[in-house]
Amino acid sequence: MTRRYAAWLYLAPALALLITFTYVPVANMVVYSFTSWDGLDVTMDPVGLDNYVRVFTDERYWRVFLISGYYFVASFAQIAIALYFAVILSFNTRFRNLFKGILFFPYLLNGVAVGFVFLYLFQPDGTLDTVLRWAGLGDQTHYWLGDPDIANISLAGTSVWRFTGLSFVLFLGAIQSIPGEIYEAAEIDGAGDWHKFRHIIVPGIRRIISLSFILAISGSLSVFEIPFIMTGGANGTRTFVVQAYETAFQFRQIGLASAMAVVLLLIVLLITWIQRRLVPDEEVTLS
Amino acid sequence: MADRRTFIGIGAAAVLALVTGCTGGATEEGPADFSGEVTGAITVLTNRTDLATTALPEYAKKFAAKYPGTTVTFEPVTNYEGDVTTQLSSGEYGDVLLIPNTVAVDQLGQFFEPLGTTADLKAKYRFVDEKAYDGQVYGLSIGGVANGFVVNTKVWAQAGITAPPKTPEEFVAGLSLIDTKTPAIPFYTNYKDGWPLSFWNSQRAIFAKADANETFPADASPWQPGKVQYVTDGLLFDIVKNKLTEPDPLTTNWEGSKPMLGTGKVASMLLGSWAIPQMKDAATAAGANPDDIAFWPFPWQTGGKFHTRIEGDYKAAVSKTSENKATAKAWLEWFVNESGFSADQQAIPPAIGQELPAALEDFQATGVELMELPAAAANSGKEDQIIKSSEIDLAGNIYRQKLVDIARGAAKGDKESYFAELNKRWGEAQSQVMK
Repeated sequence: MTRRYAAWLYLAPALALLITFTYVPVANMVVYSFTSWDGLDVTMDPVGLDNYVRVFTDERYWRVFLISGYYFVASFAQIAIALYFAVILSFNTRFRNLFKGILFFPYLLNGVAVGFVFLYLFQPDGTLDTVLRWAGLGDQTHYWLGDPDIANISLAGTSVWRFTGLSFVLFLGAIQSIPGEIYEAAEIDGAGDWHKFRHIIVPGIRRIISLSFILAISGSLSVFEIPFIMTGGANGTRTFVVQAYETAFQFRQIGLASAMAVVLLLIVLLITWIQRRLVPDEEVTLS
Repeated sequence: MADRRTFIGIGAAAVLALVTGCTGGATEEGPADFSGEVTGAITVLTNRTDLATTALPEYAKKFAAKYPGTTVTFEPVTNYEGDVTTQLSSGEYGDVLLIPNTVAVDQLGQFFEPLGTTADLKAKYRFVDEKAYDGQVYGLSIGGVANGFVVNTKVWAQAGITAPPKTPEEFVAGLSLIDTKTPAIPFYTNYKDGWPLSFWNSQRAIFAKADANETFPADASPWQPGKVQYVTDGLLFDIVKNKLTEPDPLTTNWEGSKPMLGTGKVASMLLGSWAIPQMKDAATAAGANPDDIAFWPFPWQTGGKFHTRIEGDYKAAVSKTSENKATAKAWLEWFVNESGFSADQQAIPPAIGQELPAALEDFQATGVELMELPAAAANSGKEDQIIKSSEIDLAGNIYRQKLVDIARGAAKGDKESYFAELNKRWGEAQSQVMK
């Protein structure tokens, strides 16, 4: 008996924090999503499903999801770059700890700081244009944020720069957990680098790769900091979360914004579920 | 009053959780009770982070000299609108504070003490109706502003223009001359920071109709030719369309724009009179002549005269949850009437009968009539509701950024199609709200 209570006692602090700061706010948000509350008023008027109907029927709310496509495509580049460097740096490369540091560093930076740094990079005659001119590519300069055809790509590129480090560390950790004997055995059998990658590393880190895809999807649906800091959502770069922020805090429609947040949550859950169906999570055995 | 308009909160996603987490601060209506002795400590929330440790404590010292035993503490808030809105719902928001614009007029009584009736206070103060509801005044202006163009007259003179243009066409033609004759950027939108675009909404006095705020929500299509949104937003559209603005609007920078106007790299911006001292300071700091900076009215004349709206800017109020309301009210009245704050800030003094600041004296001398537009009474709060429901942020930047995008060819559409869309969205919301 005492053992049962003791377990709960140890869990209590963590559970209290989790419930207070995660589940209660989420429950609140769900409640608000059925009201027309403005975030301030004493009374909350219930409006039933009106907010949800509006999110799905008003073009201005669901169209912003399309912007996520840019970030989703970019996340493939991010995974590829991260995987490439993780494989290279998991073997004996010169200065490899230095390179690991360099690759991971952007992830440590605050997202707001990244936004400001890239804002200067993308300015007309800013760093990027200057570098292009040095390289003799002066005719390739653009209004990186001002041109509506490029703005989202510039922002997605910033996002890749920032989050490659995270994917990289995940992959690196997974690769290093593969026992060294397996490589040795493979070498004895005459496997080249590509074979080792294809038949040892990829199967060995499959779970992490599939995790990366879930993170990529949910991440690209909920992009906020980078467009918010760099363009404020202007010039066709408004993402779903920027739109939700504006609805909540510029137009004081907390109810409608909560409904948007609930919809986003459900979509991410749904995608995760589908993904788990398509790629079942089997135990990986390399031996 | 520079950075006070940085409405947008960084890290706001986190705030969503906070805001939604707490819904306190509920209070019942009751008559104001300011009885008690003026003594003890009060806390004053301020958006002027730049003055909180310098000029403001000086005022507090003078106040303590008049009312011995009082101490006033200032709590500077960087992201004033967002943070104080959150504080309001928690019930802890100091004794005296500026009313955030997020509070709808019919909610004022939930958070602030009524200071008197509109009829009584009207005789004594300007701008009393701006934060009033049901005949009760909840906030007093701490210094008013006039709206118009801050211009660098040296650049305009180089293009051969020395007097304020009288029509939008003349204005655009003037900007074109600046574009061809000088290297300056004729007009700077401050698109990226966004809030400067909201001043296009502050030109409602141009038709010289004192009931403009009352009639505005009654109109289902304000973007029809000849109406105020068509004139003001239309001028912005034409300026951008004619490429008379900065080349890349996405990388504008408010702080950086001040020395640009000061030194004549930019010829004009649409702001409020509060910006004049800042631009002059920027000119001085950059070694240019501060006297080049002048304030011009919106290029529209009614009856052969310019009309410019003056408004109260932030209004200060006494918190409903204050435990020292007597001192809070004494401070508020003293600050508005006797502190000299508005004169120090070159703002329009809120107390009737005090003199206009020098910069506005010159402005008036160009033949401009300063008009105070009373807030809507019968349609009180309706405009805010239409804005919310249509998500056309008249007093903000979101739909005007889209307007600029269309004008510079970065988004689909033209002036007619966008104004038609705005009319449609506004009209739909308007018919819901006004039914």
